[in-house]
Amino acid sequence: MSRLFFELGRYILFMRSMFFKPERFRVFLERTIHEMNNIGVGSLGIVTIISVFVGAVTTLQTAYQLVSPLIPLKVIGTIVSDSSLLEFAPTITCLVLAGKVGANIASEVGNMRVTEQIDALEVMGINSSGFLGLPKIIAGVIMIPMLIIIANFLMIGGGILAARLTDLMPPNEFIQGARETFKLFTVSVSMTKALVFAFIITSMSTYEGYYTEGGALEVGEAGTRAVTRACVLILFSDFIIAKLML
Amino acid sequence: MIELVNLNKTFRDKQVLFDINARFEPGLTNLVIGASGGGKSVLLKCMVGLIKPESGSINYDGRDFVHLPYEQVREIRREIGMLFQGTALFDSLTVEENVEFPLKMFSKMAPSERKDRVNFCLSKVGLENANSKFPAEISGGMKKRVGIARAIALETKYLFCDEPNSGLDPITSRRIDELLHDITREFNITTIINSHDMKTVYDIGESITFIYQGKIWWQGHRKQIDETRKHNPELDAFISASQF
Repeated sequence: MSRLFFELGRYILFMRSMFFKPERFRVFLERTIHEMNNIGVGSLGIVTIISVFVGAVTTLQTAYQLVSPLIPLKVIGTIVSDSSLLEFAPTITCLVLAGKVGANIASEVGNMRVTEQIDALEVMGINSSGFLGLPKIIAGVIMIPMLIIIANFLMIGGGILAARLTDLMPPNEFIQGARETFKLFTVSVSMTKALVFAFIITSMSTYEGYYTEGGALEVGEAGTRAVTRACVLILFSDFIIAKLML
Repeated sequence: MIELVNLNKTFRDKQVLFDINARFEPGLTNLVIGASGGGKSVLLKCMVGLIKPESGSINYDGRDFVHLPYEQVREIRREIGMLFQGTALFDSLTVEENVEFPLKMFSKMAPSERKDRVNFCLSKVGLENANSKFPAEISGGMKKRVGIARAIALETKYLFCDEPNSGLDPITSRRIDELLHDITREFNITTIINSHDMKTVYDIGESITFIYQGKIWWQGHRKQIDETRKHNPELDAFISASQF
């Protein structure tokens, strides 16, 4: 228990130390754009593959469960689009991004720690936590919601594609089902989740990397820890957001 | 000039530095020597602010580094250059970008001026044709030289070197020693070198501080060392172990 409070306290102090005025705004901007490219553009491929397949599989499984002839097929469109917007796009995508982006950030920062690069920044008089962490968090909070928006469209697209390829239903019927019950509020929930999850992924992985001690083995462990903790926190906050907003 | 007054450092219940009092003059190569685990790396980290001592003061030309507010500590840190044992070059930046980094962060130089300064620093360390290479593409000796170039890029007043010769062959070692000595003289820098290489001591040691079990055991010039070791068994054991 004392370990938990120690980690929590250190995480809060780490977050606080990050929010200092950047030494050079231009350098800060360059770093943020670089990170946006790494996190956003670098993850587009995996997000595309996952979203299309999750959408397709959800459609087939929903159809499998709706066996009653009294239920119109367009309900499949409603269920797939709503569950994609509310849960699958933000949560599954962010769990995958916790693995990809989180491990990448933790190992990058952890490697900088064990090779004294962070000490070099400190000796120069640079706020190392802000210099390394803040651009990653800002980039994540901007780019991950964008990836979630893309994932939302691709999941519905994947559902339509699966329905068509398996002759389950015509695309028009699927789209009609999706549009009939569409509420803008579900997009707000999706974006709230995306923002919270993005912050968790980037801050947790930077924190784990920053406090790495030892060598290559510990860098690997920091990566694993960052992913595990981010996943647990994502699922926990997913429940809290669902409870508060729905 | 850097002056240490009654510096103490303890980790949990183990004291590693005991009442350290020393003075390091500018324009001289000040060497801190001693066995591994003797406290010299902790001392160096205290001096550059990576570790906070329990008590005592570290005065950079009269400015107490330990007790100053954070903003003023950062001002002093901008006058400090440090060559790390593993060089600590930024992997993702080229040699040129590594040396340019402190200039980009803290100077108001135009890009062309920065480039001139980078080229000047790289030429000082004898690396004229490595600008576009990444740290992973150059040798250990070259990395050390890039580290030195980065450390002096901002017209540093205080230069710290942690084991500058570790992992280098004898010829490259001597080259690095001579380079540090020349730079110290030329720019009148207060240079402090952590080393357990006795060859460095005999080659360039103008002010030597021998640390033993966290205490300053002996201070003097390299010319005095052979006379002193006769009646200082700890110093003699350290030198003998280095086959000198």
